[in-house]
Amino acid sequence: MIDKKKLEEIKNKKEEWEVNQRQKVVSKFPERKKEFKTSSGIEIKEIYTPYDISDIDYLEKIGFPGEYPYTRGVQPTMYRGKFWTMRQYAGFGTAEESNKRFKYLLSQGQTGLSVAFDLPTQIGYDSDHPMAEGEVGKVGVAIDSLYDMEILFDGIPLDKVSTSMTINAPAAILLAMYIAVAEKQGVSPDKLNGTIQNDILKEYVARGTYIFPTGPSMRLITNIFEYCSKYVPKWNTISISGYHIREAGATAVQEIAFTLANGIAYVEAAIKAGLDVDEFAPRLSFFFNAHNDLFEEVAKFRAARRMWAKIMKERFNAKDPRSMMMRFHTQTAGSALTAQQPDNNIIRVTIQALAAVLGGTQSLHTNSRDEALALPTEDSVRIALRTQQIIAYESGVCETPDPLAGSYYVEKLTDEIEKRAFEYIKKIDELGGAARAIDLGYIQKEIQESAYRYQKEIESGERVIVGLNKFQIEEEPPKGLLKVNPAVEELQKQKIAKVKEMRNNASVKKTLEALKKAAEGDDNLMPWILDAVREYATLGEITDVLRSIFGEYQQQIIL
Amino acid sequence: MENLEELLIKGDKRAIARTITYAENYEDKAKEIIKKLYERSGNAYIVGITGPPGVGKSTLTDKLIKNLVDVGKKIGVIAVDPTSPFTGGSILGDRIRMQDLSQHPNVYIRSMGTRGHLGGLSKGTYMAARILDIAGMDYIFIETVGVGQSEIDIVKIADTVVMVLAPGLGDDVQAIKAGIMEIGDIFVVNKCDKEGADKTVVELNMMLDLDEKKDWRPPVVKVAAQENKGIDELIDKIDDHKSYLIESGTFQERRIERLKMEIIESIKNKLMKNIFDKIQEKEFSSRLQQVIDKKIDPYTFADELYKDVFN
Amino acid sequence: MERPIRVLVAKPGLDGHDRGAKVIARALRDAGMEVIYTGLRQTPEQIVEAAIQEDVDVVALSILSGAHNTLFPKITKLLKERGADDILVIGGGVIPEEDIPFLKENGIAEIFTPGTPTSAAIEYIKQHVNRAV
Ligand SMILES: Nc1nc2c(ncn2[C@@H]2O[C@H](COP(=O)(O)OP(=O)(O)O)[C@@H](O)[C@H]2O)c(=O)[nH]1
Ligand SMILES: [Mg+2]
Repeated sequence: MIDKKKLEEIKNKKEEWEVNQRQKVVSKFPERKKEFKTSSGIEIKEIYTPYDISDIDYLEKIGFPGEYPYTRGVQPTMYRGKFWTMRQYAGFGTAEESNKRFKYLLSQGQTGLSVAFDLPTQIGYDSDHPMAEGEVGKVGVAIDSLYDMEILFDGIPLDKVSTSMTINAPAAILLAMYIAVAEKQGVSPDKLNGTIQNDILKEYVARGTYIFPTGPSMRLITNIFEYCSKYVPKWNTISISGYHIREAGATAVQEIAFTLANGIAYVEAAIKAGLDVDEFAPRLSFFFNAHNDLFEEVAKFRAARRMWAKIMKERFNAKDPRSMMMRFHTQTAGSALTAQQPDNNIIRVTIQALAAVLGGTQSLHTNSRDEALALPTEDSVRIALRTQQIIAYESGVCETPDPLAGSYYVEKLTDEIEKRAFEYIKKIDELGGAARAIDLGYIQKEIQESAYRYQKEIESGERVIVGLNKFQIEEEPPKGLLKVNPAVEELQKQKIAKVKEMRNNASVKKTLEALKKAAEGDDNLMPWILDAVREYATLGEITDVLRSIFGEYQQQIIL
Repeated sequence: MENLEELLIKGDKRAIARTITYAENYEDKAKEIIKKLYERSGNAYIVGITGPPGVGKSTLTDKLIKNLVDVGKKIGVIAVDPTSPFTGGSILGDRIRMQDLSQHPNVYIRSMGTRGHLGGLSKGTYMAARILDIAGMDYIFIETVGVGQSEIDIVKIADTVVMVLAPGLGDDVQAIKAGIMEIGDIFVVNKCDKEGADKTVVELNMMLDLDEKKDWRPPVVKVAAQENKGIDELIDKIDDHKSYLIESGTFQERRIERLKMEIIESIKNKLMKNIFDKIQEKEFSSRLQQVIDKKIDPYTFADELYKDVFN
Repeated sequence: MERPIRVLVAKPGLDGHDRGAKVIARALRDAGMEVIYTGLRQTPEQIVEAAIQEDVDVVALSILSGAHNTLFPKITKLLKERGADDILVIGGGVIPEEDIPFLKENGIAEIFTPGTPTSAAIEYIKQHVNRAV
């Protein structure tokens, strides 16, 4: 830190500069805008100097990578050791098709799989449910029973791969299916590696694939925490997601504030259920969005890490450093892509990916340029992956941890974002926590205000989106977009019928009844769900049993 | 629509919908229809559901409908939400909570914006209720937002007013009591699955006990609408209140009162429209310029205009 | 006196991305319209029933799940069956250009793809409502 005298000198010099240099120029050549702001609305000053960060204690607030408060990263060497995991999310159509794709990816040296499920699966409807019409296999793979899961992972050794599953409301059921497939392969649960998203609170506020009300949903989540800490210890039991909150229109500050508030709610629920914080907290992981405002994004990631460390240490008295480390996956912002001049998206994704890397992400998905239009083609998926590889191998930004640390601007911004996010968390605490704030519609309302403001800024031209509201051209509509085979729905229906014929329906009934009883009481539901899954009870049947006891979530809409 | 009247009598949903649209926008057309079918009305029982925003009025209405259609009743719902005074637009969201039943053949639900109408009802609510009545509804529920005395018109239109509150309004119960105690024939404390419900019930009962003069002491019903709890009891209380009204003769009084209101409302609407139309005829906008230019003051202008219009 | 245009903003399909639907609902309101908003996961039957009971001038559909080719035509077909095909039906969301002709043939008057300003939708509605306002 700089001594007081030096600081005073800098301050005076800055004032001189302001009068002698800047004002003179500005009086002749006004700046581009009256006000400069980050995308979260944080004011950006005309210049940043050591004076701006003089109150930030380096050792206390910034420190070293791999050490509390982890502002500079969770590992001591960061990308000097190894690069982040380049994990592209995929999954479509039937289990058979996805299985083929997985095997191809594995043969190319990839060790991590990432599964996207279709919407009926995510909402607990079988493919033959009337609500599933037109949706089967569309945005991911359709899974109706253990039978589909066996096909999905056929010939893939589950003790050798790590599998990330984007599944929330029925996460317990899909995890049970995964465990059951492993059993059949002779792989015991303690050998399993992977992640389930399992973050219901953000479904209520942003993503919409909820099933049950808040209380029972939180119970299912803590049931998973508890079960996994005993039997599936290497599993990442939740991926607390800001990604979708941001996509719904939140600002960078809101993204981390609401995500950490949700994180606090999960930790509290687990502690209330009798778990020891250091038993489950090391398995918590996060998932963030990377947007275009490069420095604000980097500051956001740094602030989030520092905040979580503080929360875990001070609020929850965690002792294990791993409980305090925020590990996160990042995906570039889908909502920042434009359907107009789609090639421009490659550049946007590059900036966003750079932000994620400069922010110290553990893994990264880069969007494809045509994702604003439809499922990405193979060509564009490859460019997206190459973007990551170029950053990793050519840009030089990976050669030292947290290279933007010490930038007067970035440190100040990190501090400011932290401050504002903690204010939100305080407000949410006052309302009674994240779950309650969601029930009251508070978080939704805040996100919506930001979304509407953003849209109005675009329409007024105040916010420029290249190719959209400035620098437009006449374009031919794009061709050759990928389509899902519409026969998938029929195929899945046939498979369900077949499964229902071949399984032992009496045992199915018995396990479902047992599950119902358990749901009425306080048991951990995982073993009961596993029993039903093993008997080939369908996802829809299991969810229906739980629906009958838990009811369904009523969307809180405040406009 | 052809044979609109015939369809309306049969309770056809499109016919009801279109006639209510007339009531909201083209009163004369609606009047033509009502004039012919007036005799058929008078059978529906009108229940007002009011209370602060977010206490669960729509959810409660949904559950009331469900319980009543199960016993074969026909239900019409009018859900009124405020219109923005600045843009004239509104977002009407009550229907969200009534999705399940909106497809039932015996249920009709209509959202209306207040459109500048004061008192908490929308312009056309009286007519809309009359239309639903003609269409053969057994019950008409009218949901309005009510937090104070400025939105109490619901009492003038309903046979029974259900005032809905929820725990967590806290001291607000005190604050709004002036506005609400007079209005409710029945009080509902909704969201009883949440903490603090009993406290709200006790507070309400205490306040209600202060007023000993009344011969109908409004009951306080504990409800958890979302869980369909307490709904049967609420329906019983509505029936009790109906019996009380009939036995005490208040029923007839209230209905006459409502008729008066309906007539006055109609005159008011007609007058207002007439005045507006006439003012426009008298070159209002162009003459206004004189006031703007300070050649004449607004009050002299108003007096002159008044004379022009009414001579 | 002019009456406000009534619009049902509906989300058919299972996707939960209602950012667009909510933004358009607010924009329509701010343009002086009466907007009936019905929330997520609406079936075609629910949407049509609401459109009829609310006697709307316009049904604005928003979908991002990719099920538009199944669900949109079902909605227009049901409206027609109920004799309510004078209602203007428009759609928005992630809808590939190549699907648009098919949807238009099936009674969707206009499709607004990502990036369309809300003002364009507002203008379109004002120009094209079928019933006298
Ligand atoms: N916990 C709880 N929430 C309820 C209950 N009834 C309604 N709600 C919720 O309260 C919120 C507002 O309900 P709504 O019916 O729209 O209220 P209104 O504005 O008074 O019509 C919604 O999120 C409902 O799901 C209840 O009995 N218990
Ligand atoms: Mg309501």
